[in-house]
Amino acid sequence: MSAHATPGLQHHFRDHAQQKSAVGLGMWVFIAQEVMFFGGLFLTYAVYRSQYADVFALASHHLNTQLGAANTVVLILSSLTMALAVHAAALGKKQQTVLFLVLTLVLGGVFLGVKVVEYMEKFEHHLVPGPHFSGHALGLEGDRAGQAQIYFSLYFAMTGLHALHMIIGVPIILWIAWRAHAGEFRADYNSPVELVGLYWHFVDIIWIFLFPLLYLIS
Amino acid sequence: MEATSLTYLNNGHGAASWLLTRDHKRIALLYLISITAFFVIGGFFAMMVRLELLTPAGDLMSSETYNKMFTMHGVVMVFFFLIPSIPATLGNFLIPIMIGTKDLAFPRINLLSWYIYILGGAFTLVSALSGGVDTGWTFYTPYSTAAANSHVMTAALGVFITGFSSILTGLNFIVTIHRMRAPGMTWFRLPLFVWAHYATSLIMILGTPVIAITVLMVAAERALHLGIFDPALGGDPVLFQHLFWFYSHPAVYIMILPAMGVISELVTAMTRKRIFGYEFIAASSLLIAVFGFLVWGHHMFVSGQSTYAGFIFSALSFLVAIPSAIKVFNWMATLYKGSVSWDAPMLYTLGFIGLFTIGGLTGLFCASLGLDLHITDTYFIVAHFHYIMVGGSIMAYMGGLHFWWPKITGKLYPEWWARVSAALVFVGFNLTFFPQFIVGYLGMPRRYHAYPPEFQVWNVLSSAGASILGVGYLIPMFYFAWSMRYGKDAPANPWKAKGLEWEIESPPITENFLTQPIVTEEAYAYAAKEHGPDHGKPVTA
Amino acid sequence: MPNLPLFPEQASVQAGQVDAIYFFMVAVCGFFGLLIASLIVIFAVKFRRRHPDEVGAAIHGSLALELMWTIIPFFIAMGMFAWGAKVFFDLYRVPAGAMEIFVVGKQWMWKVQHASGQREINELHVPIGRPVKLIMGSEDVLHSYYIPAFRVKADVIPGRYNTMWFQATKPGRYHLFCAEYCGTKHSGMIGSVIAMDPADYQVWLDGGKAEDSPVAAGEKLFQAQGCASCHTAGPTQRGPSLANIFGHEVKLQGGGTALVDDAYLRESIVQPQAKIVDGFLPIMPTFQGMVTEEQLLQLIAYIKSLKGPAGPAGSPSPAPQQK
Repeated sequence: MSAHATPGLQHHFRDHAQQKSAVGLGMWVFIAQEVMFFGGLFLTYAVYRSQYADVFALASHHLNTQLGAANTVVLILSSLTMALAVHAAALGKKQQTVLFLVLTLVLGGVFLGVKVVEYMEKFEHHLVPGPHFSGHALGLEGDRAGQAQIYFSLYFAMTGLHALHMIIGVPIILWIAWRAHAGEFRADYNSPVELVGLYWHFVDIIWIFLFPLLYLIS
Repeated sequence: MEATSLTYLNNGHGAASWLLTRDHKRIALLYLISITAFFVIGGFFAMMVRLELLTPAGDLMSSETYNKMFTMHGVVMVFFFLIPSIPATLGNFLIPIMIGTKDLAFPRINLLSWYIYILGGAFTLVSALSGGVDTGWTFYTPYSTAAANSHVMTAALGVFITGFSSILTGLNFIVTIHRMRAPGMTWFRLPLFVWAHYATSLIMILGTPVIAITVLMVAAERALHLGIFDPALGGDPVLFQHLFWFYSHPAVYIMILPAMGVISELVTAMTRKRIFGYEFIAASSLLIAVFGFLVWGHHMFVSGQSTYAGFIFSALSFLVAIPSAIKVFNWMATLYKGSVSWDAPMLYTLGFIGLFTIGGLTGLFCASLGLDLHITDTYFIVAHFHYIMVGGSIMAYMGGLHFWWPKITGKLYPEWWARVSAALVFVGFNLTFFPQFIVGYLGMPRRYHAYPPEFQVWNVLSSAGASILGVGYLIPMFYFAWSMRYGKDAPANPWKAKGLEWEIESPPITENFLTQPIVTEEAYAYAAKEHGPDHGKPVTA
Repeated sequence: MPNLPLFPEQASVQAGQVDAIYFFMVAVCGFFGLLIASLIVIFAVKFRRRHPDEVGAAIHGSLALELMWTIIPFFIAMGMFAWGAKVFFDLYRVPAGAMEIFVVGKQWMWKVQHASGQREINELHVPIGRPVKLIMGSEDVLHSYYIPAFRVKADVIPGRYNTMWFQATKPGRYHLFCAEYCGTKHSGMIGSVIAMDPADYQVWLDGGKAEDSPVAAGEKLFQAQGCASCHTAGPTQRGPSLANIFGHEVKLQGGGTALVDDAYLRESIVQPQAKIVDGFLPIMPTFQGMVTEEQLLQLIAYIKSLKGPAGPAGSPSPAPQQK
């Protein structure tokens, strides 16, 4: 087969339509797999929350709900800017695409910054699971402190895994923004932006479940 | 006879052209070499186990060492041999060709999956070389998190990393099969090998992430003394079992479905007869994948889970046997009035059908609640799963390797040596594992370093069989390697079989096809010929 | 060839039931296995390729066959399921009046306490002809108590109780194995179950070391650990009275009820805040780590033995005093 004149087309695909449908399905399959990955943590959370309901509620009250709520708004906004970026790319509007991608990055950065603040606060209160964990800050000891450690293990595992997904997303968005800036995307070739958008929306949706489950236990 | 164009084997020389390849066929060979290496390593651990079990006393090695031997045998064989074996070698090589396209949907992700596999394998080897892990491949808590004094973390991380190799392979296959089929290649014209790998891929992407997160939790708990699975800290050890088996039961279907796909191909090609019940075999693969996710609790009948859960899991476990039975009946019906070759691929196929049947039927014993209380955690279980995984999966893998070897390498393997090895494997396998059913029902628990003397007879028979089995596996390694250099050149279609892979050269060119194939006929459309007075007379295929 | 058994002795009521399923399944599966194996050989020989270019017959399939070999196996499988489930149900439902024996597994030994006070290590003496219920806990990791001759097995789990029962039928000494991998000396965590005629069993019981029965030992612990001060009626009572409490339901704080069984009592000692009886303050300290699994079993045995003036289970006497 001769070299393709159409840029961005991988040689093993017949045409752009096939490539676009393949990469789109690939991203959905990947997201399905991610749901199962987080699912194990959600299941563990469900089991222990039902078993240790009062300790979980106590620990949840200790989290900073305002910061959590603010972060939720920030992340939803970042999904909005991402959607606008995808839309702009579909219309071939280079500068808007780059602008919205950068805004998404900024909002993502704010989210991560707030998470750093929250994690540091946990560290100061000896609520990071491990050898230095103590239930003191919650007024708990003995077996109840152990249950609180389970809560915080899940807190750090779930929000940490989520934050890791955001941290991985950042350089990817940067790379896509760079390619947009270089004029690589057109109305008929913008699936990289769409795919990154899908990924980012998924990351957002995970947080929308995490926030009430971790922060709003009554 | 020299190929007139470059084949994928000589299209580019040097390490970089292999280690940075995007060609699914080269990646398949990279996998072939690495999983063979892990097979040898896993086999070494098995040899240690069977040597120790020749005598009732634990006199060959210390208990710690023995416990590491059976653990690492399991970890290596399950995660680094059986799960990748057929999909990553034969699947990678054949799926694009069988559906009439140039490569998988994501060639670079394919290469990445191999590197991830190697990285995970490296972690596991580090664990082995720095002293080994002794938790059993099942990593049950709280032993693995709180009490084990061995290299659990590195092994757990090795398993975690390698899981992503599996996930990426499955993702690649699903997208490829959905989106890259040749014009005219409708779903119901797909080879059954492809259906089998599609079902397998569903399990790979939905199940593997669960064990990934579970094994990560075990590593975290061990490092930080958390309490997720440790009752002393408020955790629940049985929760680990649920999470572990939620993946690891479907994982056994990852290990057998591709093998069944191979057998479907071999049974039709080696009888030159259309497969009987194509739609039923295709549907049964999907049913197995779905039902396989619903039966994990049958590993936990004595774990303290509720009796009602036990009832449900037992009933579903009986049901999941039925699609497999349907396959066996359809393969048998394909043999009927076929033109049955006695070449090595067919010998492995016939062996598979018999041994898989025994393995599957003994699965019914395990599914029976009343019976399982006696046989769980004994050698009966060990025998059951080895009948499926070795008598089943590995036999199918060997059959497939032989069948497609001419296509993959362009060389013919020596047929008589292959038949001898197949016979050795069959005899050795049965001698190794049938006695284990007996000694298991007698009450010998699994994972025992030393055992009461009355069990010795069966153990000696088993170890004797294992040495024959080992020889049966070693011989092909030699003649396959030999054939690469000295074997006869293979024609495009040495078996006179149907299938897109047999319409291209042996070995194929890098792009597989010179022109885009268009599919116009059903799979396995062998020339119609009723058996009549002319049966046996030559017919042009 | 000397005696080479293919299955263990049948030494319990359960053994016969389990073996019946086994023999049935060997027969059915053996039949189908042999059938398939024979057909493989017959087809391979009868239809072997006689000419290199020969091709098989053109047969597509048969819906009738597919239905037949789906539906018949389905009914066979469901029959097998039902039989196994029934035996399992019987294996799980402990008959009333079963003799209770406590078992504690720890790396790598089995500790047994009889209700009469007899203790054993790696052995278990039981009378024949009487249902025996084992209440089992682990001190450390997962174990499993397996008596092949009785065809029973149950995991022994740290942090909770698991139970199993059997009724021995034949006097003799039978293997006892740990059947859940538990570390270095897993295969050394073995012993014997000795079934005896009731008369011989009584002799054995009487001849043993005069040790405290679990109830007596439990009573001593109850005093020594300070349980008595809060749980006995009187001016210092702060917790529910424990007289007659076993086997009854108690109302819990926050709604709901709980059945006071072994598991509830164990939980209330090591995780006292988990299910607090309605009307009491959450002030009981935890005894996790301060009493061993064996001592927990002794405390529970003692509490089970407490009889007192019949009153609503767990009822407070006069309201808890301030200060």
